[in-house]
Amino acid sequence: MQASSRDDFIIAIRSAFIKKENKQKFSLIALIILTLIILTLGKFNFKIVDYLKVSLKEVAYRSSFVVSIPENLVVKMYNSTKEHFFVYEENARLKEELNNQLSKNYNSEYIISENTRLKEVIDNINYTSDDVLAKVLIDKQSPFLKSIIVNKGSRDDIKLGMAAMDGEYLVGKVVDVSFSTSRVLLLSDLNSKIPVDIIPQNIQSILSGTGESHGTIQYTQEQIFIDEESKVFTSGAGEIFKPGIPIGELEENKDQANLKVKFFSDFSQLRFVILSNYKMEEN
Amino acid sequence: MSEITRYNYFRLFLEKIPILLLIISVLNEFDFNYLNLKYFSFNFPFILIYYWSLKRSGSLGYGLIFLSGLINDAVVGLPIGISALAYLLICGFSAYLRNITLRPNLIKDWFFFGFTILVVNSIMYATVNLFFDIKILYPNVLVNILFTFLFYAIFSNIFDYYQKLTFGGTNA
Repeated sequence: MQASSRDDFIIAIRSAFIKKENKQKFSLIALIILTLIILTLGKFNFKIVDYLKVSLKEVAYRSSFVVSIPENLVVKMYNSTKEHFFVYEENARLKEELNNQLSKNYNSEYIISENTRLKEVIDNINYTSDDVLAKVLIDKQSPFLKSIIVNKGSRDDIKLGMAAMDGEYLVGKVVDVSFSTSRVLLLSDLNSKIPVDIIPQNIQSILSGTGESHGTIQYTQEQIFIDEESKVFTSGAGEIFKPGIPIGELEENKDQANLKVKFFSDFSQLRFVILSNYKMEEN
Repeated sequence: MSEITRYNYFRLFLEKIPILLLIISVLNEFDFNYLNLKYFSFNFPFILIYYWSLKRSGSLGYGLIFLSGLINDAVVGLPIGISALAYLLICGFSAYLRNITLRPNLIKDWFFFGFTILVVNSIMYATVNLFFDIKILYPNVLVNILFTFLFYAIFSNIFDYYQKLTFGGTNA
């Protein structure tokens, strides 16, 4: 009896996976083996799989952009309707913020000019950058991976590791380059790790993505107390980015062990980003 | 005569709707993220592939499912081949269920779907994590599995209705 049920199980499995079904051009097991070969070769960066990847991405990104147009229109309408409901509150808040910023601006202008003068005096390093403006083609931030696709690739001199900026704010870095498109890994992704400075305490640390809309500060010494509303900038360590690019500010927290960073830029609203390649120049 | 031809084209179009839905869903990744519903997500291609492989295996070719998996990986940013493997395994599970089932019913299909997506997601994310060293938020994956499982019952009824309308309720 037991042998018979085992036979039935094996027959059903064989029929499902090995036998080519009616109306099917390929057998399931052949395609599964092909997939496993692609995965294994992809892991070891085989040239053929790399070419397959690049061509597939070119086609998929462009097609995805076209297919997403109706949904993006609906999202745009939904967002603009939502914004209309809060326009008065937003206006009052922005007026107040503008006043604060104007007073800060005068201070920062003086500090920037003083900083440049002092750098020249101590024969320090300056940074120059090649900037490329890129349009966001796909911003489908899946629950597992937070990334965007932009319409500039290797033909526009985009290189791995370039910084992606929303205006003055850092939003991520280029992790994958195809011929005419690239993928930018956002700072909120779980796999993103950026060396940062926490100002005004001047603490060096690592900003890690959480997979949600905020980041978290890792690897600080337990004894150090960090104020709420401290600002987070790139530290320039590891020479990935130039130092001093604004990223975000610390959120109000009672638990010093879990320092959350609220990003200055809203990653769900990115339409264009600037891809920057920083170079050090010694004076 | 021309009306008959037009009717045939329309019928042909209706028959191809599962394929169109699959292509659009992998290219577009309906995620509803703009609603700001924390953790909410579900995997529509899983539901679509399982249902149509189970009820009308000819509607979605394995080659096309394989290709849509590759496209999905390119769009989402996963290692190329991982979604294709998941989709093909789902086809295998549904083909197995079809072979052993004499009298199909929704509850049995539904719970087998739950078991299928648990196994397939485990294989998929274990491979991504161990083989490709990509970190994943496991609570999000679990919520995704749960919503995908719950939504199967709803979509199954919609697809049943569509099938009756298009094919007259006959299973291929």
